[in-house]
Amino acid sequence: MSVVFQKTRGLTDVPTHYCPGCTHGIVHRLVGEVLEELGVLDNAIGVAPVGCSVLAYKYFNCDMHEAAHGRAPAVATGIKRVHPDNFVFTYQGDGDLASIGTAEIVHAALRGEKISTIFINNAIYGMTGGQMAPTTLVGQKATTAPYGRDPNHAGKPIRMSEMLSTIDGAKFVERVTVTTPAHVRKAKKAIKECFQVQLDGKGFGIVEVLSTCPTNWGYTPEEALRWLEENMIPYYPLGNFKRPEEVE
Amino acid sequence: MAKVLMKGNEAIGAAAIEAGCKYFFGYPITPQSELPEFMARELPKAGGVFLQAESEIAAINMVYGAAGSGARVMTSSSSPGISLKQEGISYIAGAELPCLIVNIMRGGPGLGSIQPSQTDYFQATRGGGNGDYRLVVLAPSNVQELVDLIIEGFDIADQYRNPVMILGDGMIGQMMEPVEFKKPKTRELPPKDWATNGTKGERKPNIINSLYLSPEELEAHNIRLQAKYQKIRENEVKVESYNIEDADVVIAAYGTTSRIAKTAIAQLEKEGYKVGLIRPISLWPYPYDEFNKISDKCKGILTVEMNSGQMVDDVKIAVNGRFPVYFHGRLGGMVPTPNEIIEKVKKIYGGEI
Repeated sequence: MSVVFQKTRGLTDVPTHYCPGCTHGIVHRLVGEVLEELGVLDNAIGVAPVGCSVLAYKYFNCDMHEAAHGRAPAVATGIKRVHPDNFVFTYQGDGDLASIGTAEIVHAALRGEKISTIFINNAIYGMTGGQMAPTTLVGQKATTAPYGRDPNHAGKPIRMSEMLSTIDGAKFVERVTVTTPAHVRKAKKAIKECFQVQLDGKGFGIVEVLSTCPTNWGYTPEEALRWLEENMIPYYPLGNFKRPEEVE
Repeated sequence: MAKVLMKGNEAIGAAAIEAGCKYFFGYPITPQSELPEFMARELPKAGGVFLQAESEIAAINMVYGAAGSGARVMTSSSSPGISLKQEGISYIAGAELPCLIVNIMRGGPGLGSIQPSQTDYFQATRGGGNGDYRLVVLAPSNVQELVDLIIEGFDIADQYRNPVMILGDGMIGQMMEPVEFKKPKTRELPPKDWATNGTKGERKPNIINSLYLSPEELEAHNIRLQAKYQKIRENEVKVESYNIEDADVVIAAYGTTSRIAKTAIAQLEKEGYKVGLIRPISLWPYPYDEFNKISDKCKGILTVEMNSGQMVDDVKIAVNGRFPVYFHGRLGGMVPTPNEIIEKVKKIYGGEI
């Protein structure tokens, strides 16, 4: 009997701790598959964040660092400067990357650090229990925005991909989602292209993945997918913001 | 190798390169900026990488990444910048990564001043970051010793997989003295088989981490750390003492103030006073036992510092009530003079305080 499908070698055999309906699992899998398909898994060093994916260092089947909150791009910089021939990636959420770690991600991009970042945007702090994120939508309720996000009080949500795409050193910037099989395929393609940018030595790359948090949003997994499509995509448009010209 | 005249901050850089340090991540701050400037100039020539980070926070996290990748790596800053690094220092201690951190202290609190000071003694020896961790803290009193401790500091860090802090002050960073670069004592350094450099498909992934969600596991991790710290206490105490078996008064001082104390002691000896000195070189582990050698006739210990008396706590722990402990210090970047110390010693002699 021939094997026609199996789990990627890019992930360990440890069961993940993610909630039902959370899309972290899908994205982990895509990253694992791409690492394997590009042949860089045994050469990869990943950096996990603080947040829901804090335990990602147990799930990716390669050398890993667990970084302090928001500091993954700085840790990745230290790793890449020591091992320029290794493949180095960070996996970060929106509280990590777009709030406490804004300086680190902006300056990693600015330096054109040859690292790749997977950015999970689910518009909320998941691990700490549903507090407002910099990406929480206007009017969206969170435990620290119980009446909904008020833009006069908390400003409007930050669009990281758009901002990072203005930086020269950022060579690949794309926003995707994983709410349908078609979107999952597109997301994988983007991750692969992003990782290839690092392998080609071109500079910094990031894929922002609009993700669900059914638990803290208060929806079923299916409702969460629909809520994402109806509310997040209009504010955070999908698509490529930047790619190296040669790749086009 | 012949002696060369070097400024303290530049000598740190030269010593680090001599010790095989290949990576420096830093952020400018007075009074230590000559060090990153030196490294920016010299480290690439030695095949290394100097990188100016966007902040002290980023710099120490780059150190975390580089140290976890198996490199000899350092950072430097001055007091307010070292405060910013505390998060990363705690993670580095928790993940047991070797690295060298230089603090060229200035006056505080807050933005304070840019003048020499010793106000970060508590921060360096008591923690600063969160959690039950220890740094090896070494306090040089001249540029030669600074060079020696930098070179040995990297080995200590590697031997114990622990961050080492060189605690100097603005005076030592800025002064010029002749130095030579000597090989440190040979240590057996464990292989860095825990470092991340890609599995090559030949081993299980290496994980650099300080997170232990299970309290049982975290307790076991902490017990292991404490056992390591105990070993460091047993092996790595460094102290210089002078005439403590015969002294009527013993001065305790480290770094720049110990030099001023020596000038005062020489003058006092000319006048017939018997004054000894204990100069801790390692502030952690602290040379508590050295104080047991002080003669019973001693009238008291005078601690001299450029702060409000932070080392007094350790001196009191060391003497454990055997002698009264006095203090003389200047604050805010002011430097004590030999005459101030002489007057204080005479008062202790005369029973006036």
